[in-house]
Amino acid sequence: MHEYSIVQSLFDQIRDTARARGAVAVHRVTIQIGEIAGVEVELLRTAYELFRERTICEHAPLEVEAVAVRWTCPDGHGDVTRGHALVCAVCARPARLAAGDEIVLKQLELEVP
Amino acid sequence: MCQACGCGDTNIVPVSLNERILAANDRAARHNREHFRDRHVSAINLMGSPGAGKTAVLEATARMLGPGARVGVLAGDLATDNDAQRIRAAGMVAESITTGTACHLDADMIHKGLHRMPEWRTFDYLFIENVGNLVCPAVYDLGQDVNVVALSVTEGEDKPLKYPTMFQKADLVLLTKIDLLPHLPDVRIETIRENLSIVMPAPRMFSVSARTGEGIDRWVHWLEGLRVPRASEHVIVGAL
Repeated sequence: MHEYSIVQSLFDQIRDTARARGAVAVHRVTIQIGEIAGVEVELLRTAYELFRERTICEHAPLEVEAVAVRWTCPDGHGDVTRGHALVCAVCARPARLAAGDEIVLKQLELEVP
Repeated sequence: MCQACGCGDTNIVPVSLNERILAANDRAARHNREHFRDRHVSAINLMGSPGAGKTAVLEATARMLGPGARVGVLAGDLATDNDAQRIRAAGMVAESITTGTACHLDADMIHKGLHRMPEWRTFDYLFIENVGNLVCPAVYDLGQDVNVVALSVTEGEDKPLKYPTMFQKADLVLLTKIDLLPHLPDVRIETIRENLSIVMPAPRMFSVSARTGEGIDRWVHWLEGLRVPRASEHVIVGAL
């Protein structure tokens, strides 16, 4: 249930950004959540809905972009297929996580007077 | 105000940020990491399900390391001080971090815990015994050098596949309670190892029993490989 604490951090970040840019409201929040980030998107949405009342985000829908997991060879031999051992088929080196662990605030739409 | 015609409408401005939502935790973790590096303390984040045997592993580690090693534990616990008490009884310095309902430790809790345990500066090893949970603790960097996951043989062979985030972040998996294997005819260590290789790019697993001590020597040897000697442990040459 760390989704609540993630949403708390998200609101802190939004508040700081909005303040720095003199925004009076937020109209949209876009975040990216990786497939193996360890975050349950539905729980995150529930937490967001609960927290956003009477905040600067009161009228801001939450857009969540899912990011698929991708493993690659660290020596440039391309992607490593999932569902098998995570080593490069060419050079046998351990794969590197290229995408899929994102917990990222991507974009805000701010209302600036 | 709308700058084009002066109609009084407000401007909606898209702002690209691409910042990690846990950036504040990451900063606190970096701060902890700098402290550990400065003091040559090896910090180990020990994670695993409730009942995986984390505390028992630490007790066995204390026995194997002996009184010469300077070891401390920050033990995350939802509601009690029991783990820290067990660890103290085994001869290590320990402080509890009672998290209430929080399911994980974060970097700031570690920082505050260090303030309550000033001896940490003299430690060779600081173990952070995370809250028993295979999901949430993996998300938070604490400033540790390594992540170790305790997985007991009674938890089922497919645990790594069910909790890929946790095992993907592990530097080492300790397969615990192997003294129980004779009672578990359906559990094969090889299957657990194969499942780990699907989620963990450089899988490393040691089989241990805290009860019999089997495999603990190998784990302690691995820990010794993490150590960076203090300046005072070298022959000091030259200037004061």
